[in-house]
Parts: sequence; structure tokens; C-alpha cells
Amino acid sequence: MPLLELEHVSYSYHSRNGETYAVSDISFQVEKGEFIAVTGPSGCGKSTLLSLISGLIAPNEGVIRLNGSSQYKETTNIGYMLQKDHLFEWRSVYRNVVLGLEIQHRLCEDTDAHVRNMLETYGLAKFSDARPSELSGGMRQRAALIRTLALDPELLLLDEPFSALDFQTRLSVCDDVASILQREKKTAVLVTHDLSEAVSMADRILVLSDRPARLRRILDIRYDKPGMSPLEKRSAPEFQKYFNLLWKELNAHE
Amino acid sequence: MNKRNVSVSHQAYLDRIARRQRRIVLIRILVFVLFLALWETAVRKEWIDGFIFSSPSRVLETFARMWADRSIFRHTGITLLETLVSFILVVLIGTGSALLLWYNTELSEILEPYLVVLNSLPKSALAPLLIVWLGANMKSIIAAGISVAVFGTILNLYTGFAGTDPDEIKLIYTLKGTKKDVLTKVIIPGTVPLLISVMKVNIGLCLVGVVIGEFIGAKQGLGYLIIYGSQVFKLDWVIMSIVILCVIAMGLYALIGRAEKLYQKKR
Repeated sequence: MPLLELEHVSYSYHSRNGETYAVSDISFQVEKGEFIAVTGPSGCGKSTLLSLISGLIAPNEGVIRLNGSSQYKETTNIGYMLQKDHLFEWRSVYRNVVLGLEIQHRLCEDTDAHVRNMLETYGLAKFSDARPSELSGGMRQRAALIRTLALDPELLLLDEPFSALDFQTRLSVCDDVASILQREKKTAVLVTHDLSEAVSMADRILVLSDRPARLRRILDIRYDKPGMSPLEKRSAPEFQKYFNLLWKELNAHE
Repeated sequence: MNKRNVSVSHQAYLDRIARRQRRIVLIRILVFVLFLALWETAVRKEWIDGFIFSSPSRVLETFARMWADRSIFRHTGITLLETLVSFILVVLIGTGSALLLWYNTELSEILEPYLVVLNSLPKSALAPLLIVWLGANMKSIIAAGISVAVFGTILNLYTGFAGTDPDEIKLIYTLKGTKKDVLTKVIIPGTVPLLISVMKVNIGLCLVGVVIGEFIGAKQGLGYLIIYGSQVFKLDWVIMSIVILCVIAMGLYALIGRAEKLYQKKR
């Protein structure tokens, strides 16, 4: 059974100026442990897709199932990383990271140990009592990821989480996040408009069309040498091939 | 940076700004002293009439006399008390109403034009009504103090609440929070700096409202002293009261400033 399953999902926004079709008839499945990237023209409804999966909004048509159930919203934790880290300046790094646990009243010895352990592993332990403003961009993003992982989510949704970072930081945070997700054995769906990011991080790439977003193509990404980090993949021979393929796919109909 | 390894040019720069700061403070004091001296001289040389314009020495004399018969404490104390009570009520009512409006956006849309009109209305126009309705007592003076500041507070705080980054709110929902979590984890802590700046404005506004109230319906307080003094041509009283109001305004402002520092340190 796939972990996540979308079946003919459609969604439209209503505003005074009319109805905007954001997502149209999208179906795909995500297996446990997979890393999926979703890419497409800007403003095509990629983020809407994540909001739908997370259950923040409900589809107009179609079904979304997690572990075979469409009633997963109350019972399952889905991690959602937004474009900006939104660490609150009035909380210390530690108190930011446990925000989700605090909201769900799950802050206990076990979860505290889990969080402290992650802070230690990912190089933030000595900043536990610091203010977010004292962290670098990359560290902030790692803190935001730990905040998401603290709830032990079954599925992680990443909404262009690197787009606010400068290029150099971005490459290293990409590596960090990929290795963290691999180590924690998480399933992830990443939305990005950065093709090289998609090609270097994902196992499969979903290419969406212009709005309303339809699924145009699913691209399987396979590298000969296993266990490469995203940065290493960037200089692998397959990288260029997939990149060009993706580039052509995106520009074919425009 | 360590004092020992400061370069010569940087030391010169530091000296320059220190000298500038000293100069500014010195001239500030000088302006004040010169003003007092000119005022006193003008009265002594009879360039202006001391009966109407008073003078620093007459103000001091009046102050000393009222200090001796303790009446100054009664007047200042009552004005201070009324200001503080109305200020605390403004903060409570203002924050409460703004939260209510944030919680119920339809209500805020319904009430918006009323709030805007009430906010731009000159509140001194309300004071006579309040005196008639509530009686010539402390209640109506506190109400006058509240009426000056409360509508602006509600509007400012509500705008602040409503201006919270929607993604920060989304974050709470992605962590399975409720609207209550949004309120306690984002909205309230995020608007503390705004609340403090609103309070800084309000403490002065409350003082204005209280003095207006005292003009019309009081038997004591600095506002009463001003209006009574002007009627019986005791302008020494009037000017002394104005000076005390200046000191009170400065003191209250400094109090909020202290609270702000304390909050920043705690973070």
C-alpha cells in the first residue's frame, strides 16, 4: 500500500473576482521512504497541492489517502516546512523547536530527549538558549526542520524551504536536509521551481502544467552510484541528462 | 572591542562623538537656564507684568507655600491617580476589544466606521456630557481620560493583530494548533512591542483627558487648579500646575520606557 495516494484531486479558489482553478485532476502515489519533487511554472498551484495534502484545505473533487485512509487529518502528523523558517524571535531556539509539541501537549521527557538529541546531532545544541536572530540562515533552516521533525511526522511537505537562502547556503542546507531526512527515514514531498534542486534531491519528479496544475509527466531519477549527497549528484554524469530532460519538458508547451 | 587595541583614528572618532554628545547636553541645559533667567529678568525689570506672566521665583514661592500646607500633594496625587486608573482601564478595554474584533472579523467590519468616527471626534466635546451623566466626581473624570485614548488604542492594536504574517498563522495550523494557539503563541507575543508603543502614546493622552475632565467638573486636581487659578487671576497657580503636569508627563513616559527596557532584557 502506498503511503500517500491522490486520486483525481481538483481544487479551486473563490474570490470576489471569480473562481481560480488551481489544481485539476491530479493523481499520483508516494511510497514510504520516497523523496518526491514537484516542479512546474511559477504560480501553477504547487503550494496549493501541499496545502491539500496537509489537510489545511479540502479538495473540491477527488480523494487524498494517507496509509489508505482519507480521514487522516486528525490522527496523523504531517510535517510542513514553509518558505521562510518563521522562528519566533520572542522564543529561544529550543522553545521554537518544541512549539509543535507544546501545541499538541506532547512535551514530555521522551520528546524533550528526542529534540535535544536532534539539536546535538545537527549542530545546534549550544544555541539552544540563543535567540533565532543569532543563528545563520542555514542554522535557522535546520532549526525549522527540527521543529517539524519533533512531531515525528509520517510525511514531510517542503514548500520551497530553501528559496529564501543565498546560493551557497542553499547548497549546503540541501545536503543537510537530504542527509537528515535519509537518516530519519522520512518520506518527503518537495515543491521547488529550482530544477537542479529537484534533480539532485528527488527519487521522482512530478512535472506540473501551467494553472490549473495538471500532472504533465512523472520523471524517475536514477543515479548509478548509490548514496550520493545532492551536491555530489550535481557533478554526476546523469545530472545534466535529467536536467535537460526536465528543462525541455517544462518549456515544450510554452 | 577591547580598549587597548583601538586604533588612533578610531579613538579620535570615539572622542569626537563623545564631545558632540556632551555639547548637546550642555546646550540643552543652557537653553533652559537662559529661558528662566530671561523670564525672571523681564518680570523684575517690568518689561512684562508679573501678575499676568508670573515668574520662576513666584512659581517657586507658590510651590513652597502649597508644599507647606500639603495642598500640592492632594492636587497632584488626585490627578496622578485618575490618570493611572484611566490608563490601566484603557489598556485593558483596548486590548480586550481589539482581541474581540480580531476574533470576529465580521464584528470588526460592522464596527469599523463607528470606531473611526469616535477616534477622530475631539473628545473634549464629550467631557461636559460625561459630567452630566456620571456626576461631578472622579468617575466622570476617569471616563474622560479613557474616552480620549481608548478608541485609538483599539484601532491601533486591531490593525497590529490583523497585520500578523499569514504564514506565521499557517505555521500554527500546520502544527495542528487551533485559533486559540494562534492567539497565544503568535498574535499576543508578536504584538508586545506595538502594545508598548501604543501605551507610550496613551499615558499622555490619558493625562490630557483627565485634565479636561478636571477643568469642567472637579473640586481638586491640577486641572481644577488651572481653571480656578485663571478665574481668580492667580496665574502663579496656573503656571505652577502646568510645570507639574510637564514633570508628571515626563515621569509617566519614563515609566513605560523602563517597562520596555525590562521586557527587552527579559527576552
